[in-house]
Amino acid sequence: MSADDVSLKRRQALQDGPVQRLERMMEIRRVEESVLELFNDGYVRGSTHLAIGQEAVAVGLAAAARPTDMVACTYRGHGTALALGLPPEAVIGEICGRQVGCTDGLGGSMHLVEPDVGLLPTFAIVGAGIPVATGAALTAWVRGTDDAAVAVFGDGTANIGAFHESLNMAATMKLPVVFLCENNLYGEYSRIDRTTPVADIADRAAAYAMPGVVVDGQDVDAVTAAIGEALARARAGEGPTLVEAKTYRYSGHSRTDAGAYRPDGELDQWKQRDPIELGTARLLESGIATQEDVAALEASVAERVQAAVDIVLASPHPDETEILRHVLAPANR
Amino acid sequence: MTTTRLRVRQAVLQALHDELESDPDVVLIGEDIAAAGGVFKATEGLVDTFGPKRVIDTPISEMGFLGAAVGAAATGLKPVVEMMFIEFIGVALDQLTTQAARFRYLSRGRVTVPLVVRGSAGAGLGFGAQHSQMLDHWFRGNAGLKVCVVSNAQNAYGLLRSAIRDPDPVVVLEPRVLYGERQELVVGEEGIVPLGKARTVREGGDVTVVTAGAMVPVVEQAAALMSDTSVEIVDLQTLVPWDTDTVVASTASTGRLVVVEEGPWTGGWSNDVAAHVSSELFGRLRAPVARVTCPDAPIPHSGPLEARYLPSPEYVAEQTTRLITTGRAPLPWWAEEEKVQ
Repeated sequence: MSADDVSLKRRQALQDGPVQRLERMMEIRRVEESVLELFNDGYVRGSTHLAIGQEAVAVGLAAAARPTDMVACTYRGHGTALALGLPPEAVIGEICGRQVGCTDGLGGSMHLVEPDVGLLPTFAIVGAGIPVATGAALTAWVRGTDDAAVAVFGDGTANIGAFHESLNMAATMKLPVVFLCENNLYGEYSRIDRTTPVADIADRAAAYAMPGVVVDGQDVDAVTAAIGEALARARAGEGPTLVEAKTYRYSGHSRTDAGAYRPDGELDQWKQRDPIELGTARLLESGIATQEDVAALEASVAERVQAAVDIVLASPHPDETEILRHVLAPANR
Repeated sequence: MTTTRLRVRQAVLQALHDELESDPDVVLIGEDIAAAGGVFKATEGLVDTFGPKRVIDTPISEMGFLGAAVGAAATGLKPVVEMMFIEFIGVALDQLTTQAARFRYLSRGRVTVPLVVRGSAGAGLGFGAQHSQMLDHWFRGNAGLKVCVVSNAQNAYGLLRSAIRDPDPVVVLEPRVLYGERQELVVGEEGIVPLGKARTVREGGDVTVVTAGAMVPVVEQAAALMSDTSVEIVDLQTLVPWDTDTVVASTASTGRLVVVEEGPWTGGWSNDVAAHVSSELFGRLRAPVARVTCPDAPIPHSGPLEARYLPSPEYVAEQTTRLITTGRAPLPWWAEEEKVQ
């Protein structure tokens, strides 16, 4: 089974039910914690942007979208990549610059990719993914398929020119694209109210005559439903939707940022609505799972992620001949 | 003369402080530069001293705030824009290269743009293919725009102060791999480094090595490895306009030139230096001009690959020694690998 098949199977598993979606959220959390440990142990170069706290948005997106729907996501993308199907060793391996990484270690933390499950190369430049997702929707529109595209971006990105140009173009042409804003309240080190005059990014949809939807980004079922509805509109030729998921990143912007600019108590308040705890409580209440089931899930996730870390640390760095491969198509070299 | 010991990023901070203090028209504009003090801490505390009208935080809107800085410069202020990573200027490039760099010419000198764009640049820290580039080639070749590259605490301080005082738009590239280096420097008026002047880092008789930015310490280490060779090192400091006089005079005295650039083989400034010197000193060189650069490839993340991508002291020493011993310009490492294959 090739790596892509593994990703596709993992992606399809999310359709099996709420237990699988909870498990994937747990896995994202555990991978991010491992990345932090690996960073502190000196295995990760550069920077890395953790998505702890935002797991429900990633899993809700992956549960709602098809593998043939193309997703342009941000540098805070480890969770999205795992949700879309990449196995932990492909993500952790990439972050550590090892051969086992999804791009052989050439890209690093901000450049995860797996087109077979719809993950375009992830974008390290704020806003760069929005026009590209719009272009993926253009392909579907030109070819007349019922695939769609999703642009994932943060609240800060709603202030960059590409946001306006892309939303206007997509709405005018009725392109099959969903603009998914992960509003975690902070653009880098700045709180949203210091950079943006509206509290809800979704309000901006009105200027493009498209629906603007606010969804609880901590509730994986709510996210799945909202994105599912927006994708259905897109596939039906009714054009784009701006979906704003209200969420929160528990860590700072990147590894050097402790998030000291956040008001006291804000993090604790958000942790009261932790997406994994909410998801767990829902499964327990509905009788879909027992405490024992949940404990077993946690244990198996921890084991799988540890196994992935072991694979990564045993994996070599890529060969230096890789530096010159894939700059252009082989015939042009 | 006041000397002090600062990290390179603190030298930037000191230069910004001194210009804000000496000229009320100077304002700083950028992302997270005020309340957070800058992601690289190059503006730390300045908002407390000078207030939020002199040190201005912006949304993540590079086209918006760089364009606003162009407008502010055209109407009397002297804005200093921080591009956190120089790549972020991509979405705003029109405002600098096609607008700011043209205003003086198009208005016949009546509308001018005393603007500085300073940004962190360069590889070496594992930030990957979109946060590790020098990108000086985006700015060179635009008449009306000057371009500098910092290589130490002194010119981090001195070039920035000159750039802020310059009547035209200037880009100052600060290799982020150097920000943490702590060095002795002169501050105050005596510490100002003029634009357009190269610096002779060390004198020598066998070969001239012209370089800039983070490659300057690499070339110094390379020279230390070549104990039998007397190496003269020239740090360009300003890429546009570059100091042809110093480079030609040095090469005329040593008879050999190696140009070491952190940048691609194709389209880099080392081509301009090589072409100019080859033309000026035709028939007077003891060997063809050699260039040592990065390959024409995006910058890899993985540690060993990024280390290979960048010229190392060992590689610079090897190529320089081969030039001297063979009298021929050595092929770059990637071309040799192709030949072997």
